[in-house]
Amino acid sequence: MMHSLKQIFPRNDLVAFAVLAAILAIVFPLTMDIFRLNLVGKYLTYAFVALGLVLCWGYGGILSLGQGIFFGLGGYCMAMFLKLEASSPENTAIQSTPGIPDFMDWNQITELPWFWEPFHSLPFTILAVMVVPTVFAFFIGVAMFKRRVGGVYFAIITQAIAAILTILIIGQQGFTGGVNGITDLRTFLGWDIRTDSAKYLLYFVNLVLLFICLVIAQFVRKNKLGRILVAMRVREERVRFSGYDVSNFKIFVFCLGALFSALGGAMFTLQVGFMSPTFVGIVPSIEMVILCAVGGRLSIFGAIYGALLVNFAKTTFSETFPELWLFAMGALFISVVLFFPNGLASLYQEYFLPWVKTKFNLTNKASKAINAELESKVKPQVEPQVEPKEQQDNSAKLPAGARYES
Amino acid sequence: MFAEYSASELTAIFAMQGFAGLILFSVLVLMALGLAIIFGQMGVINMAHGEFMILGAYITYLTSNVFAEYLPSLFVGYFFVAMVLAFGVTFLLGMAVEWGLIRFLYKRPLDTLLATWGLSLILQQLYRTIFGAREVGVSLPDWMMGSYALTDIIEVPINGIFVMILTLVIALSVYWLMYRSGWGRQVRAVVQNRPMASAVGINTEKVDRVTFGLGCGIAGIAGSAFTMVGSTGPTSGQLYIVDTFLVVVFGGAQSLLGTIASAFSISQAQSTMEFFLSGSMAKVLTLLFVVGILMLRPQGLFAMKIRH
Repeated sequence: MMHSLKQIFPRNDLVAFAVLAAILAIVFPLTMDIFRLNLVGKYLTYAFVALGLVLCWGYGGILSLGQGIFFGLGGYCMAMFLKLEASSPENTAIQSTPGIPDFMDWNQITELPWFWEPFHSLPFTILAVMVVPTVFAFFIGVAMFKRRVGGVYFAIITQAIAAILTILIIGQQGFTGGVNGITDLRTFLGWDIRTDSAKYLLYFVNLVLLFICLVIAQFVRKNKLGRILVAMRVREERVRFSGYDVSNFKIFVFCLGALFSALGGAMFTLQVGFMSPTFVGIVPSIEMVILCAVGGRLSIFGAIYGALLVNFAKTTFSETFPELWLFAMGALFISVVLFFPNGLASLYQEYFLPWVKTKFNLTNKASKAINAELESKVKPQVEPQVEPKEQQDNSAKLPAGARYES
Repeated sequence: MFAEYSASELTAIFAMQGFAGLILFSVLVLMALGLAIIFGQMGVINMAHGEFMILGAYITYLTSNVFAEYLPSLFVGYFFVAMVLAFGVTFLLGMAVEWGLIRFLYKRPLDTLLATWGLSLILQQLYRTIFGAREVGVSLPDWMMGSYALTDIIEVPINGIFVMILTLVIALSVYWLMYRSGWGRQVRAVVQNRPMASAVGINTEKVDRVTFGLGCGIAGIAGSAFTMVGSTGPTSGQLYIVDTFLVVVFGGAQSLLGTIASAFSISQAQSTMEFFLSGSMAKVLTLLFVVGILMLRPQGLFAMKIRH
């Protein structure tokens, strides 16, 4: 067990977990006022989606352009619960039919629709947040992957589904709040979510959930499942001919991504206080993909940093130069794809990490031993032709020139 | 739901909705033809296709303004000049985009999607900066306005007929270009077997560039035609891109005939249902229907039987 845990959480990744936790749980809360921290919380809800996309797209090679669907479904489930709580008969006494959400009243609906009824219950809501999007993803996944729809076609169809859902939400104004979405959410089981203390607490709840998702993602990535996903992305036919049912793996990872997105959506609703179709459609779904691409499609940590950075940039840009933001975003799309397809994480891996290692002589134990061995040799004798295995493996990590010194 | 209409009214409704569907069909075909060349033949996903279309529309708008201002006597025929200009500019821009962006990404189709999405964002903002955020419409010359009365209750708008004729001409020329000309043969050779095509002396890079440019040029003409039936804003292109992709995929990506057939069924379904349901529900049902069929038949209606 210990051994397998060590395999799943190698030292590098533990350090990455620790650094991320320190930044999010200590540095940000200490240095930011609650307004900014709430914004970070909002960005982090997108990080859930980006994390799911790393697994689906980076590892599994399935690009879904419809993650907004799941983000939205999760968010709407939560919003329905909060809305029902906010529209108690006392609060809505001025309406012609008290006790139903205000937008229904405006649309001459006099009775709560049947699918709203169960959202009076919190356990049902929590279950719905997780189950509804996952089941939806499962159906899409089965329908597509069992028939070997993949790649570009999958991307276009998920995009179409996102479009359908948006049109449906906007069109059925009486049941969904239409373009405005579900707004004016106040309390969660009687606890006011708009106060500063609630926002602090929600930020940390969000963080805990995010880390749970990160650990799950790490498990997926480091287990056999992750290796099969990569193999599938690279040579799907070979994996299939080796006896694996490729579609089941794809369905699983797609459902997992949907679940993550839905959690993000639900936390978004709680922290921001509303949910609307602008987070469901095609444009937000593609923007979610760029968060993942900027961070690095193969790095679960990259996804989080990508979500934070892009959203920070978006807020700053659109505050100061609103018309420049689309240019910057467009340029970001193009340059990420052209110049660093594996995102910031690859820049970090390729340039920053080696630089740090040479700068601070931070090499791991094995290469330290080799260093010591190399240094202990007085003269560079003609080395025996058999290079020790470790030395070859670690030679890349040695400081530049160390191999030829002494 | 048919009870409250008389038989002749029903006929008229279906005829008029059918005709509205035909106009939608023409616009869809024009948009999808360019995409079918780029996506079907080259395998590149061009999310900026809608923006190329809008560029054509803006060029038409500019041309109409120039004619109205400086050459009012020739205003009658400005549309033909505008179409040629729209084609030329989008064709050149398309070639430039292929040279600067697409050619590095032929092996990564999903990445072309992201990169061209970035391009579409830049173009949108560019339009917004130059033309403003408000939608613009062109004024049509007199002969294009008005409608032609078929019977007492059935009327067909003349600009609609014009768009349909235009679509027919463009579709036939694309067909001739792709399946009857030497250049089309080169394109299909490159699509089917790139190394072999290159070995027999086809300049594959040039073929790629011109094909992409041509697809964009047709989008420009589509945009030009689009100004006759709707107004143009910086984000109008985005509204159509999903529909257009669905048309192409639904028809079977590599078949021009399939593209036309699927555009026909989608537009007729949409416009017939629109009369009885709300527009958004008609759209939802149409899209659901298409997605449903695609799940059953992922290769599209008219798939080519070739081995990859």
